Amino acid sequence: MRVDEIKNGIVIDHIEGGKSMDIYDLLQLGTFDCPVAILRNVPSRKMGKKDIIKIDGHFDIDFNLLGFISPTITVDIINDGHVTEKKHIDLPEKVMDIIKCKNPRCISSVEQEIHHIFYLADRQKGIYRCTYCDAKA
Amino acid sequence: MRHLINILDLTTEEIDQLVRTACDIIDNPVKYRDICRYKKLATLFFEPSTRTRLSFEAAMLELGGSVLGFSEASSSSASKGESVADTVKVVSAYADIIAMRHPKEGAPMVAATKSDVPIINAGDGGHYHPTQTLTDLLTIAREKGTFENLTIGLCGDLKFGRTVHSLIAAMSRYTGVKFVLISPVELKLPGYVKADYIKSKGIPYEQTTSLEAALPSLDVLYMTRVQRERFFNEEDYLRLKDSYVLTPEKMQLAKKDMIVLHPLPRVNEISTAVDDDPRAAYFRQAKNGKYIRMALILKLLEEI
Repeated sequence: MRVDEIKNGIVIDHIEGGKSMDIYDLLQLGTFDCPVAILRNVPSRKMGKKDIIKIDGHFDIDFNLLGFISPTITVDIINDGHVTEKKHIDLPEKVMDIIKCKNPRCISSVEQEIHHIFYLADRQKGIYRCTYCDAKA
Repeated sequence: MRHLINILDLTTEEIDQLVRTACDIIDNPVKYRDICRYKKLATLFFEPSTRTRLSFEAAMLELGGSVLGFSEASSSSASKGESVADTVKVVSAYADIIAMRHPKEGAPMVAATKSDVPIINAGDGGHYHPTQTLTDLLTIAREKGTFENLTIGLCGDLKFGRTVHSLIAAMSRYTGVKFVLISPVELKLPGYVKADYIKSKGIPYEQTTSLEAALPSLDVLYMTRVQRERFFNEEDYLRLKDSYVLTPEKMQLAKKDMIVLHPLPRVNEISTAVDDDPRAAYFRQAKNGKYIRMALILKLLEEI
């Protein structure tokens, strides 16, 4: 299988296997006109299997949100066929309206028009907790 | 404007101030009887509770204020599907301060984001119950004279027992404290509570299933009820509800100056025969609940 090199755009690499569609949805890549290639289950020495997303175009994204979905992610910015910048992905302190709390006792399970907010409780372990009930994400 | 959602919203200095104020109220009640004249406390209880609601109401009345509210969701607009946010927006137009109990965890936090007046969390499901913790702290302060160098045994439902989690969080900020965690395996303290408040601070602790084995070392024994409403499965509740029963015979194993606390109501976990033991502090504790809530209302209304 061959996917052409991109000239100007973004490569999101080292995505945990199977999570590329989560990122596709999160970044709403389906709404862009530019070519987007999703490679799933690519063999990786470090990860076993990984996903890659190649976007043939530039746009503003909150890269830290990517870290929440998959902390292993790396992002390369490509200009004129060369990597001109490697983005450092960090875990965001807070994520809003990306996932919902699974605790059936949480107020967010019933309250209308509430923001679903999670805070970073343990950076080392990458643990997020619901801001309302403290349940693990 | 301040709210009280979690006991850790208060610094240890603020807790000391509340304890001092509560003690002064106990010693000089007349001084405080008109401070909240023309002020209103709304008690929004979406879940039934006897002592917490009554102690809040008694507290406001003893400060010279008035109370309004409801004691169960069915008698509020919540039964018509109104959100917590809308209920609080409306009620904060009528009252100067709100005490809220809700079965859903985090409901008072949602309320705090929408309210124009201070919100006091009077219990949100199995999550937090900070005014119970303040009650416990006032009782420990009055009975033991200190928060430091105490060995505190927590017995019963340590998994769903919100008062246990909050008390551990509060006491973990004082030096020389040691915890003894006494529970059936199924109701052990959740790992995150242990990690956040005990292990991360290097606080010594023991875990045991035997109340008898733990009793001789304790300065404070905090008994809890296994709460039916926290179980999804009735069978599990029935199997675990009578795991521990404190009796006069077991009290003989304890230190002469140990105190027994219980957030009440009790069911079977403390024999009524223990009530006459001077170390049984749980009814004095219930009385303290009113005084510390008086102090809290004064603080949040910026009267102290």
